[in-house]
Amino acid sequence: MKQFLKTTLLVAATVWSVAGFAAGPTVPLDEAKVDLHDKASLQRGAQLFMNYCLGCHSMQYQRYQRTFNDLGIPDDLGMENLQFTGDKVGDLITNTMSAESAGAWFGTAAPDLTLVARVRGADWIYTYLRSFYVDESRPFGVNNTVFPNVGMPHVLQELQGVPSKTTEQRMIDGEMQDVYVGLKTDGSGMLSADEYDQAMLDLTSFLVYTGEPMLLEQRRMGWYVFGFLLVFTLFAWLLKREFFKDVK
Amino acid sequence: MKKLIAWFDERIPMTKTWNIHLAQYPAPKNFNFWYIFGVLAMLVLVNQILTGVWLTMNYVPSAEGAFASVEYIMRDIDYGWLLRYMHSTGASAFFVVVYLHMFRGMMYGSYQKPRELLWVFGMLIFLVLMAEAFMGYLLPWGQMSYWGAQVIISLFGAIPFIGDDLTLWIRGDYVISGATLNRFFALHVIALPLVLVILVFLHIVALHEVGSNNPEGIDIKKKKGSVAEEDKAKFKFHERFTKKYDIVDAFPFFPYYVVKDLVGIGIFLFAFCYVIFFAPAMGGLFLEPPNFEAANPLKTPEHIAPVWYFTPFYAILRAVPDKLLGVILMFGAIAALFVLPWLDRGKVRSIRYRSGFHKLNLTVFAISFVALGYLGLKPATEIYTLFARIFTFLYFAFFVLLFFYSKNENTKPVPERITK
Repeated sequence: MKQFLKTTLLVAATVWSVAGFAAGPTVPLDEAKVDLHDKASLQRGAQLFMNYCLGCHSMQYQRYQRTFNDLGIPDDLGMENLQFTGDKVGDLITNTMSAESAGAWFGTAAPDLTLVARVRGADWIYTYLRSFYVDESRPFGVNNTVFPNVGMPHVLQELQGVPSKTTEQRMIDGEMQDVYVGLKTDGSGMLSADEYDQAMLDLTSFLVYTGEPMLLEQRRMGWYVFGFLLVFTLFAWLLKREFFKDVK
Repeated sequence: MKKLIAWFDERIPMTKTWNIHLAQYPAPKNFNFWYIFGVLAMLVLVNQILTGVWLTMNYVPSAEGAFASVEYIMRDIDYGWLLRYMHSTGASAFFVVVYLHMFRGMMYGSYQKPRELLWVFGMLIFLVLMAEAFMGYLLPWGQMSYWGAQVIISLFGAIPFIGDDLTLWIRGDYVISGATLNRFFALHVIALPLVLVILVFLHIVALHEVGSNNPEGIDIKKKKGSVAEEDKAKFKFHERFTKKYDIVDAFPFFPYYVVKDLVGIGIFLFAFCYVIFFAPAMGGLFLEPPNFEAANPLKTPEHIAPVWYFTPFYAILRAVPDKLLGVILMFGAIAALFVLPWLDRGKVRSIRYRSGFHKLNLTVFAISFVALGYLGLKPATEIYTLFARIFTFLYFAFFVLLFFYSKNENTKPVPERITK
C-alpha cells in the first residue's frame, strides 16, 4: 500500500507543479465586490445600462418587467424612466441597431450583454470598464488594456473624463526611467475617480444580475433543499440501522 | 387488496418479478461504499429523462431559436432554471457515478467469468451515454456546443477514403448547422434514450442471472448440498436461486439494500444539490463560460475544450502526432475496456487477493486516467503533450501487462466464505 501511495503522490505532485507554470499572461483584474442584495446599486446599474449601453448593446434575453420586479422598481416608474425601447412592460430589452449597421460603423456587431457576466466574469467587466485610455492610433481615439484594440469608443467619457496611461520617473538600476503606473483621468468627467469606480461596480452588478436573474432565489431554495435532505438522510439512516439489526 | 394482487398475478408475473428481483434476490452481505454507484446511475438516469421531458416542452430545436429558448427556460419558465440545472448537472453526475461504477468493477473483478456479458452491456451503456452527452451538449447552441461538436465530428474525417463523406453524413451539411442540430435533437431525445433504457434493462437482467459480485470476489452461490443447514443464509430466497444452489453470506436486496441505498442516495443528493443550487457551472467544468455566448460559425473560441468527462480520451487523441493514429488510439482506449474480461486471464477476482503488481498496475491506470482528464482540459503545450504521451502509454500498458502477468499471477489464497 505504501508503494501505491508514494507513486500516487509523486505523479500528482509532478502534474500539479507543471500546471503551475501554465497560467497565460493577462492583465491583473480588480475584484468586483458585487452584492446582489444591494438593490440601490443594481438600480443605478440599470440606469447606467439603459442610458449608456443599450444604444448599441441589446439585452435580448431579459425582460423589462422581470428586471423592474427583481430590482424593486415600480412598473410605471420603470416604464417612464428606464424603458427607451419597446412599448410594453413585458417586452424583451432589445435595441434597434442592426448587425449590418454595427458592422459598418464599428467593424463588428456589438455583442448582446445579457450573459456577458457568465462569459467574462464580474472582475473582467469591472476592470474593463475602468481600463480605457487615449490612443490616437485607434479609430475612436481610445484603447483598452483589458481588451486590446477594442472596437468601441469610450462611451462613459463624460462620466470618467479622459483617461490616459501615466508614467512616473523612477530610479531603476541607478538610472531614472519612465515606469508605467496605471491609468489616470484628466478630471474633466462628471464623476470623481471614486464615484466612477462605484458607478462601474453598480453597472457590473447589474450585468451579474442579468446573467443569472434567478441566482438569489436559487440559493435560497438551495438551503431549504439541504434542510430537507438532512431530515431525509437522518431518517434513512435510522431506518437502515433498524433493519440491519436483523442481520448483524 | 389481496384480491387485486391475485387478479394481477394471474395475468402478469407481478409478485413473482418483485420477489425474484427484489424481495427474495440474494445480495452478498458485504457490499461496501463502492456498490452505491449502480443505484445512483439509475437515479441520475431517471432524473435525466424526467427533466429532459419537461425541458423539451419549451426548447426550440433550430439554429435560430435554440440559444434563446434555453434562456427563455432559464428566465421565463417557472423553475425552468431548476429543470435545466438538474439536467446539466445530471449529465456530469452521470459520468461521475459511471466512472466510479466501472472502476469498482475493475477493482473487484466484476467483469470476470461469468460476468463478461454483464460488463459488455455496461460498456455499451457507457458508449451510448457518451453519444447521448455529446449530442445533448450541442443543443444549447452556445459557442462551445458548436465548436466542440465541430472538433469531434471532424475526427471522423481522419478515417481514410470514407472520412469526408462520413462527416458530411453525420452533419447533414457542409458545416454544423440547423440540420445538424435537428438530427442531434432527435437522437438525443428519442433514439439514444430508448437504446439506453433497453441496455440498462439488459444490464440488470444479466446481473440478476449471474448474481452480484462482491468486494471479496467470492461466490455466494455454493453447489447444492455442499453447505450445512446452519451455514446457509437465514433468509427466504426465491426458489429460482435455491433450486440449484445453496446461498451463503447473503440477504435479500429488499428491504436491506434498499434502505441502505437510501442513505447513500441522501448523501449523494447533498453533493448533487450543492452543484445545482450553489455552483451549477462548477467553475466552468459543467457549464463552460464560452457556452453562454450564442454559437457563431465565424468566430472560433481561443481554446476549445470538450466537457470534462470526455477529456481523458481527448488528451489521448491530442497526444498522438498523427490524426488517424490519434483517433484509432482514442477509440482503442474504449475498445480495450470492452475486451477487459478476455485480457484478464486471472482466476482471482478481487484486488484484495491479487498480486502486488496488479495493485500497482491498477493504481497507475487510475492515476493515468485522472491525469489524462486533467491534461485534456489544458491547452496542448509542449510539456503537457509530453505528459499526455506518458500517461497514454501507461493507460495502455495496464491492459498489455495485465494480459501477460494475469495468467500466472502470484495471488493470495481466496477464502471459501465471506468472513465479515
